This record gives sequence, C-alpha cells and structure tokens, in this order.
Amino acid sequence: MIRFTALPVLAVLSVLVVPAVAGANPGRDAILAELSAQAKDQASGFAGFDAGRGDVLFRHRHTGGKPATPACTSCHGPSPIQAGETRAGKVIDPLAVSRTPERYSDPEKVAKWFRRNCNSVLGRECTAREKGDFITFMTSQ
Amino acid sequence: MRTTLFALGTAVLVAAAAPVLADRPLPPITNDAVSKECGECHMAYQPQFLPRASWRKMMDTLPDHFGEDASLDPVTAGNIRRYLEDNAAHTKGNSWARKYTRARANGAPLLRISDTRHWRHEHDELPKEAWSDPRVRSKARCDACHIGAKAGDYEEDNVRVPGPNNTWINWDD
Repeated sequence: MIRFTALPVLAVLSVLVVPAVAGANPGRDAILAELSAQAKDQASGFAGFDAGRGDVLFRHRHTGGKPATPACTSCHGPSPIQAGETRAGKVIDPLAVSRTPERYSDPEKVAKWFRRNCNSVLGRECTAREKGDFITFMTSQ
Repeated sequence: MRTTLFALGTAVLVAAAAPVLADRPLPPITNDAVSKECGECHMAYQPQFLPRASWRKMMDTLPDHFGEDASLDPVTAGNIRRYLEDNAAHTKGNSWARKYTRARANGAPLLRISDTRHWRHEHDELPKEAWSDPRVRSKARCDACHIGAKAGDYEEDNVRVPGPNNTWINWDD
C-alpha cells in the first residue's frame, strides 16, 4: 500500500525539484555575487542587475570597438538560444543558460571572454554592472 | 634461403618506406594549451605552416588578432609561444614544414597561412565558388575540405571539394 501511494508523491516531488536544480549553479551564483559587490563599489546607486539592460547591451551596435565586431551579435548571432559562429567559421555554443547550462560558472573563463570581447566590441573594459546584467539576461533565456 | 630473401626484401621495403612514413602526415599537436586556446575560435593550425618569425609576430599581437582581442594570460601565452616556435616551418623540418619557411611580404612576416606563396600555389586551381560555399565559408576552415586536417593529413587523396546539390567531390577524381 505504501508503495502505491509513494509513487505519485515522488513524481510530484521530482517535478518540483528538477527546475530549481537546473536554474541554480553555485559557480554562477558566486560570480554574480562578486560582480554585485564590485558594482556597488563602482556606483553608489547600484540597485541590482537587470536582464533588460543585459538584452540591450547584447543587441546594441557599439562604435568604440574593432570594426569587424560592432556587436555581441556579430559572432553570437541575434538569438541567445541559437548557436553563433566565429569569424573563422567555428560554431559557438548558444549563450543562453537554458541551452548551454555550464555557461558563466567558471570564473577564469568568464574573466577571459569579457576581457577580450568587451575590448573587441566596445573598445574598453565592461563595468561590473554590465557583466552582471549580461549574465542575468542570459540566465533568463 | 627463401626466408632470408623475403626478410631482406622486407627490410629494404621498410627502409625505403620509412622516410615517407615519418614525413607524413604532419605530427599532431601535442600541447594542450595550443589545442585548447587556438582551437576555441578556429582550427588549431599545425605550427609547421608558418616560420618562427610569423609565430613571434602572432604572439606579439594577440590583443589585435585578425581584428579581435585574443589576449592570453602571460603564462599560457609563453607556453604556446614556445611550442609554436619550436615546431615552426623550418628548412630542417619534414617535407611539409620546409615548404612554408618563406612567408614574408615587403619584409614583414606573414600571419595568414593562406597568404603564403606555397599555400596559394597549392590552391590556385580552385574556383572562387568553392570558398563562398556555405559548407566552406572561410579559408580558415582547412578541415572543411581536408578531412584529415586536424590529424595533420593534408594529402591530396584525402581532399574533397564542394560539388553541386550539396554533394562533395573527391579532389583527385
């Protein structure tokens, strides 16, 4: 009798638990916490990261960077849930966490690619707020 | 006697074949940093395709690498630089490496393998459409046509080129 009643309970539990596990990532949480602390230091009015601002940053055509890469979308393509392609023709896994779950969880990798790509696209370092907004947007996709 | 002759014959054959076997294909890349860091954006090209001076300039200009910032931390960059310079095209290298020792234009080291005289000579029979084909797209993608490129095999009998209706044509046919 216990067996029969336990099954539906387990089924309900797994539905509740699985999405929470898929969204949480200790590495990413730590990166966002560090960026949040930096953002507070950089601007007194900082009130948290914003996916909408990250979306704008991702799509905007910037003018300060290198001519071949005016936007993130130059290589990553217009949709975060689809693959992009480097200028040398190599496929780039989608930026959206829903499609590439391991994204934004390795601090060295995150630092390396923001350093390179902010310089290529914007011609400067990104602020902590911009990086946090970007990751927050990609986590929501 | 027959056994001895056979053994002798085999030894001669092996001796004759050895230089060819040792020569080709190019040795695979054995440095993990080179495979990973170069291979993140494009095929990791075998260092034998450019001479030392080209690799030196390449590693000196990573913050503007073909129009993008490809900068690396100093330790990784040093490790990669050593491997590329140690395995660069060289007159004492194998028959492939010897062909790419001259890579200069107006005195400056070339950075694109596809700008070297030997590379252009080897690809001069290809129609323009081959490069713009959606399955090729870029001269950076050696492995689109050289199906053994990543393993160092650039032999003509392992080359395919884009054909009509999404087909591939063996280059030596």
